[in-house]
Amino acid sequence: MRRAKTPAAIGILAALGLLLFLLPMAGLIIRAPWSQALGELADPTTTTALGLSIFCSLTATGIALVLGVPLAMILARTRGTLRNILRALTTLPMVLPPVVGGVALLLAFGRRGLVGSLLYQAFGIQIPFTTAAAVMAETFVSMPFLVIAVEAGLRSLDHRYEEAARSLGAGYWRVFTRVTLPLLRPAIFSGAVLCWARALGEFGATITFAGNFPGRTQTVPIAVYLALETKPDAAITLSLILLVVSVAILVGMRDRWLGAL
Amino acid sequence: MRVRRGAFTLDVDLSAAAGETVAVLGPNGAGKTTLLRALAGLDEMEGRVVLDGEVLEDTGRGVHVPAERRHAGLVFQDHILFPHLTVLENVAFGLRAQRRPQPAAVARAWLADAGLGERAEAMPRALSGGQAQRVALLRALATEPRLLLLDEPLSALDVSIRAEVRRELSRQLASFQGVRLLVTHDPLEAMALADRLVVLEQGSVVQSGAPDEVTARPRSRFVADLAGVNLLRGHANGDHVTLIGDALVAAADAGSGDVFAVIHPRAVALYRTRPDGTPRNVWHGRVDSVDLYGDRVRVRVAGPVPLVAEVTRAAVRELGLAAGADVWMAVKATEVAVYPA
Repeated sequence: MRRAKTPAAIGILAALGLLLFLLPMAGLIIRAPWSQALGELADPTTTTALGLSIFCSLTATGIALVLGVPLAMILARTRGTLRNILRALTTLPMVLPPVVGGVALLLAFGRRGLVGSLLYQAFGIQIPFTTAAAVMAETFVSMPFLVIAVEAGLRSLDHRYEEAARSLGAGYWRVFTRVTLPLLRPAIFSGAVLCWARALGEFGATITFAGNFPGRTQTVPIAVYLALETKPDAAITLSLILLVVSVAILVGMRDRWLGAL
Repeated sequence: MRVRRGAFTLDVDLSAAAGETVAVLGPNGAGKTTLLRALAGLDEMEGRVVLDGEVLEDTGRGVHVPAERRHAGLVFQDHILFPHLTVLENVAFGLRAQRRPQPAAVARAWLADAGLGERAEAMPRALSGGQAQRVALLRALATEPRLLLLDEPLSALDVSIRAEVRRELSRQLASFQGVRLLVTHDPLEAMALADRLVVLEQGSVVQSGAPDEVTARPRSRFVADLAGVNLLRGHANGDHVTLIGDALVAAADAGSGDVFAVIHPRAVALYRTRPDGTPRNVWHGRVDSVDLYGDRVRVRVAGPVPLVAEVTRAAVRELGLAAGADVWMAVKATEVAVYPA
C-alpha cells in the first residue's frame, strides 16, 4: 500500500511531543544520585513513606475490589438514564482535579462535614488527617479504574456460562463464585493493577484531605514534593522508585490493557 | 406456552413422553432456541410447563421454578464448557452443585464410559470440537436430569466429525430415561435422532409426527424443501386441483376442499417443445436455476406451476438447459399425491 507522504511539519510536531515525554525521564535518570541511592533508601523518612504508601495503596485497592466489583455488576445490569447517571457518578473522580476531590471529601467527612459531624458527635471519630483519610482519598480517585475495567469484562462475558451453571443446579452464589468471578479474573486483575497504580501516585486529594504527617499520611508522592526543597537527592530517589514501578506495570500489563480499555 | 420477543411471538403446545426424543425442527428465527430457553427457565414466558406431574411454570397461578431447580440438562450449540475448569471438573460441576456423593468419582466414571477417561485432566481449550461437545453432553447427563434440552448440538461441528458425534449422541440418548428435546435447523440431525418431529415456523407448530410421516406429507414449504419435494397448495375438485392463480393440476383422485399436492422432482419430465403423450399435466415455464446434486441435476422452473425437476446431467447437456431457457414440463396425474390441507 502506498500512502500519501506525511508532511515534515507533522513529523516535527510529533517529535516535539515525544521530547516532552522523553526529556523529563532522561533528566530523572541522568541526575539520579546513583551512588547514594542505597543510602537514601535506608533513610527512615524514605522507608516510612514507602511503607505507608504500600499499605495505603493496597488497602485502597482492597476496598475498591470489595465495593467496586458489585458496583460494576449493577452498572452492567442497568440501562438507559439510570445507567448514564450511575456511570457519570462513578467515573467523575477520573476527570475531577484531585484537589477538588480532597476538598469534597473534607466537606463530607470533615469534623463539620455532612457525615463527619455526625460521626464526631456520635462516636468522637475524626477521619481527616488520619491514615484512614489517606486510604479514603486514594480509594476515591482510584476505584473508577477498577469499576470500568470490571464492567467492560462483564459486558463482554458470555452469559451462557452462567446459564449452563444454573441449569446444572448451581444457585446464585455458586454461579457467582465458581463461574462469574473466575471468568472475570483477567478484567478484575487488570482493573486492580490500574487502580493500585493510581492509588500509589495519589497526591492532590490525599494532601488536601489527609494532610502531611510523616508516618501517618505522608505517602511517597507527598514526601517527594516536600523533600524537593530540602533533600533533592531523596526526592529523586523516591521518584525513580515510582518511575520503575510504573514502567514495570506498563510492560507487564500492556497486552491486557489494550483489550480492557 | 407463549413467549414474546418484541414483535415475535412463540406460541406452542408441546408434549413429550419419557424415553422419547422429540426434535423441534425449523428454519432460523422460527423460535426454537426461545422455546428451549423458556423450558429451561432462563427466559420469561406465559403459560404452563409440567414435567413428570410437577408444575415448573404456571404464569396464571404465579408458579415459577427457577432454572437451578428444574433438573433440566442443557446442551448448547457450542459446548459452553467452563474454560477455567478441567474436563473432569466440568462434568462434576452439576454433581457438586446438587451435593451428590463422590462427585469426582461419578464424573470420572461418566468420562471413562464415553471413552474420554484420558482427557479428564485436560482443559476444555485443549479438546477438539467433537470431544468438547461430547463432554458438554456428559456434563448435562451426569446429574441425571429428568429433561434433556439440546440446542443444535451438532451444528457448530465440522461436517467431517459430525457423523461420529451424532452416533455418540444417539447412543447416549438411547440410554437416557427422561424426556429428550432436541432443537435443530438441520433435517438430517432431526431425522437421525428423533422419534417424533415437531416443525416450528414463525413461532408456531406447523406439523408434527413421526419423521417419515412428516416428510411424506409436507404441510409447509420448509418441510417440502427438506424432503426434497415440490409442494403446491390449492382447491381440489374431483380429478384436478386448482392452484392459486388458476393453474390446473390433474391428479388421479384429488377429493375436494383445500389440499396440498406433492410432486417428486423425479416425476417431472422436461421438453424443449410441447410434448404430445399420455401425461395429462403439461405446463410451460422458464428455467430459473440449474443446480448439481451429486450425479443428478435439479432444474428449478418458474411459471404458472413452479416446480423443481430432477434430471440427469446428460439430459441437461442435450436439451441445453440453462437459466432463461423455455421449457415444457410433463407430469402424469398418478404422480401427483394429494392430501387435505
